[in-house]
Amino acid sequence: MGRAAPYIEDIGTEFAVDIRGAVLSYGGVPLFDGLDIRLETGLWTCLLGPSGVGKTSLLRLIAGLDSTAAGQVRTEPVAYMGQSDLLLPWASVLDNAVLGARLRGERPKFKRAQRLLAEVGLANIEARPATLSGGERQRIALVRTLMEDRAVVLMDEPFGSLDAITRHAAQDLAAQMLAGKTVLLVTHDPLEALRLGDRIYVMTGRPAVLEALPALDLAPPRDVRDPVVLVAQGDLLARLAG
Amino acid sequence: MKAALRLAIVATGLLIAWQAIVNATEAPPFILPGPFAVAAALVRHSGLLLLNAGTTLAEILLGLSLGAALGAFSALIIAYVRPARLWLLPVLVASQAVPVFAIAPVLVLWLGYGMASKVAMAVLIIFFPVTAAFYDGLSRTEPGWLDLARSMGASRWRQLIHLRIPAALPACASGLRVATAVAPIGAVVGEWVGASAGLGYLMLHANARMQVDLMFAALVVLAAMALGLYFAVDHLLRLAVPWQVDTL
Repeated sequence: MGRAAPYIEDIGTEFAVDIRGAVLSYGGVPLFDGLDIRLETGLWTCLLGPSGVGKTSLLRLIAGLDSTAAGQVRTEPVAYMGQSDLLLPWASVLDNAVLGARLRGERPKFKRAQRLLAEVGLANIEARPATLSGGERQRIALVRTLMEDRAVVLMDEPFGSLDAITRHAAQDLAAQMLAGKTVLLVTHDPLEALRLGDRIYVMTGRPAVLEALPALDLAPPRDVRDPVVLVAQGDLLARLAG
Repeated sequence: MKAALRLAIVATGLLIAWQAIVNATEAPPFILPGPFAVAAALVRHSGLLLLNAGTTLAEILLGLSLGAALGAFSALIIAYVRPARLWLLPVLVASQAVPVFAIAPVLVLWLGYGMASKVAMAVLIIFFPVTAAFYDGLSRTEPGWLDLARSMGASRWRQLIHLRIPAALPACASGLRVATAVAPIGAVVGEWVGASAGLGYLMLHANARMQVDLMFAALVVLAAMALGLYFAVDHLLRLAVPWQVDTL
């Protein structure tokens, strides 16, 4: 993948991620054929679309995890948050939070991890993940992502496994903790995209194309009771349903 | 406690069935001694049994330690070195196709009548289940963890230490349980082929001298030892790998 290739028309700091002409096929089926996407620095971009359209593949491509993809990828350093919390069952909450440093052979920043864990409301840092609720586990995953201190955060349906109320709280917390970062959030949930996204794209077709939705005037995280959000949710659902 | 009660009930049931068979067939004591005769032999020969049980236990424990270490090592090699996987894996599988009974005389010929040949036999039996289970665990690391690790910039080596090995430990523990259950076979077969001590040796000699009660007593000691060993290893593994899914 042409990861390191210099992008000549570099816009500078306006776009934290700039993908041009991405090409990727899975088992002979072209998923992307010349896909472009740019993520504006400091904004949340949400990506909606039917299952199997290639949303996760796009995240993996940006994260540099797919070695079969081609195209120009220019991105600031990314942190990746997968579909499940991906906590290590044998490690404590604190050890899970500092996993990145361990894996790079750096000295873990325990103080910072403890502060962040306290900030997201996790007091028992010696507990094993299995003893915690889904919401708590997701918060550890969020802290682990924040510990990476990357400019770009890629999130693949991070709240998909949570119940509606826990998910709502997790969205608020993520919006607050990830303020200032460039975020790409893949989600199945139109309301989630409408709550959190500065920019919203719908991905459809094969090979996939992206379509931008008109931006909402309010700043995220938006109130779910707001009529603008509710109307947009209805429109979006109708549109995704076909 | 419940498990102990179950065990007691099963043991009592087996003893009653045993005595019933003795009564029904009226088998002479040199063909099938009853549980009381065997119990008496256990007491009468307790010193002799203990001495030989010590030898067999030492063989099993040594075989288990060496076999587990060798098994874990070969699993790491075949998981991480591709040529080793292609060339070594068929050899490992083939090595298990040869019955230990067939190799036993050769090992005794090469390594002598002492402990070494029995330990070697136990190692041969033990290492394969450990290798197979650990390798399986190593090659089934949750793909999401590996993606996460790569996005965090982890080297292959640190992925191994911090993710793949800990993630494979529950599988490795299952292999060790199987290995512990079959370990006594290696040691006893070795003793049958040629030895100067051990429960297998004692059984062979007792049988030849028509001391069938002593032979059964040795068998009882061997079974008790194997069971005790299994439960001890199982308990230790549960302590060492507390996050695993419960087995058995």
